[in-house]
Amino acid sequence: MHVHFLDPYQPRSSLIHQLDPRVKFVLALAFILAAALAPIGAWPVYVLLFSLVLSVELLSELGVGYVLKRSALALPFVLAALPVIVTVKGTPLAALPLGMFITLEGVERFTGIAAKSWLSVQMAIVLASSTSFPDLLVAMRAVKIPRLLVAIVGLMWRYLFVMADEAMRLMRAREARSGHPAQPGARVGGSLAWRARVTGGMAGNLFLRSFDRADRIYAAMVSRGYDGEVRTMPLAPLAPGQWLVLTIGLGMLALLVIGGFLFWG
Amino acid sequence: MHHTIEVEHLSFAYPDGHMALRDVSLRIEPCEKVALVGPNGAGKSTLMLHLNGILRPTNGIVRVCGMEMQRNNMGRVRAAVGVVFQDPDDQLFSPTVFDDVAFAPLYQGLEPVEVKARVDQALAAVSMGAYRDRVSHHLSVGEKKRIAIATVLSMQPEILVLDEPTAGLDPRARRSFINLLRDLDQTMLVSTHDMRLVQELFPRTAVMDNGQVVADGPTDSILNDPALLEAHGLEKP
Repeated sequence: MHVHFLDPYQPRSSLIHQLDPRVKFVLALAFILAAALAPIGAWPVYVLLFSLVLSVELLSELGVGYVLKRSALALPFVLAALPVIVTVKGTPLAALPLGMFITLEGVERFTGIAAKSWLSVQMAIVLASSTSFPDLLVAMRAVKIPRLLVAIVGLMWRYLFVMADEAMRLMRAREARSGHPAQPGARVGGSLAWRARVTGGMAGNLFLRSFDRADRIYAAMVSRGYDGEVRTMPLAPLAPGQWLVLTIGLGMLALLVIGGFLFWG
Repeated sequence: MHHTIEVEHLSFAYPDGHMALRDVSLRIEPCEKVALVGPNGAGKSTLMLHLNGILRPTNGIVRVCGMEMQRNNMGRVRAAVGVVFQDPDDQLFSPTVFDDVAFAPLYQGLEPVEVKARVDQALAAVSMGAYRDRVSHHLSVGEKKRIAIATVLSMQPEILVLDEPTAGLDPRARRSFINLLRDLDQTMLVSTHDMRLVQELFPRTAVMDNGQVVADGPTDSILNDPALLEAHGLEKP
């Protein structure tokens, strides 16, 4: 009936779950930045980053398999970088038709991009699975992301589920009227073109409904005094232990990036 | 095809664990008209969604027209059972009224001439012939409800399952709907809070509360039992 199982948050009592969401958010972003900055060819840096994310996964009690399975999310983005294999000039490895060559530098660049994506996605998954969404919004506010943007993200998350529910209802309505007649021989299901037209109509319908619903929600908000200004509760200060974790984490990542540039830059 | 509804020891729990139906058993004979009444949250809509396979039982068996619900006969089940949902927005998904009412016969592979005849017939039955080319999205709730009923009538099902069909209809629409139901001879299961409708149209009533069928018998005896009505949040019309 409702799609509440899309929420990635997995409640556990691990060390990672207990960290302040602001610390987790900043460290996750810093990790992704470090992965992006690591020079191509600095393989020990990548290995160390991987061991870092692996230990975080283990500490979070989410299960390494759980995170790795979901990290297949990175695959489409990695495939977009595939042409890099042939476009980077360098030592040729293999010949392809149309006068193109697979180069060593190209393969290196591609593997570097794949590693960066995969590591970043894993860290993002750990962040989303160990931090409840309201906490993530708090973290975003703490790092001074504009309040309006955070409010929009918050509303979008909520109404994504509402829209998914609406889409499910439309599909259920179609399913309920998709019957097969008792006498055989009739061409059931209609032509592909007709089915495509029906689906297109449903998509348009969903858009219209969401639009109208947004209007009704706005009317409800205005009726409760909304004037466009986003007001939120003040944040509690960070505990000293959390500051320590934050500093150590940022320090390690900075060392990794600097080391990478020194030795392989 | 014998159009019966047989529900045997049906239990159903939603994914969040809420037990919506507990050991429900109901048998409806061909061409019988049964009203399903009960307080909100009794499980009436849940039971109805089982009758065309949208929900699958956690335990128990559901049979319509003698067919047990299985993956490979869903097509025939859905052609035989027409379910009209409580919220017409759950039913209408096409750009125009004509498209919505024509969906079921088109899907079944009928000829365009036949489809058009069925659409005209269904819209005439609910007195919405003038709305053929309107965009269903912009109609009022009552108008949408009548279109929703037409979308199912065009399928010409053997069994009609209606979830609160008169809720939100103005008196004229309600009266014309009652006349419509009176003239149809399909097997019918109608869930409603409209006790006057129950008294007028349905010889048999089943009362549901808290996921169970607590009473099932002739409408007169049920409506003349004040203790029963009181216990399950109902009122005599």
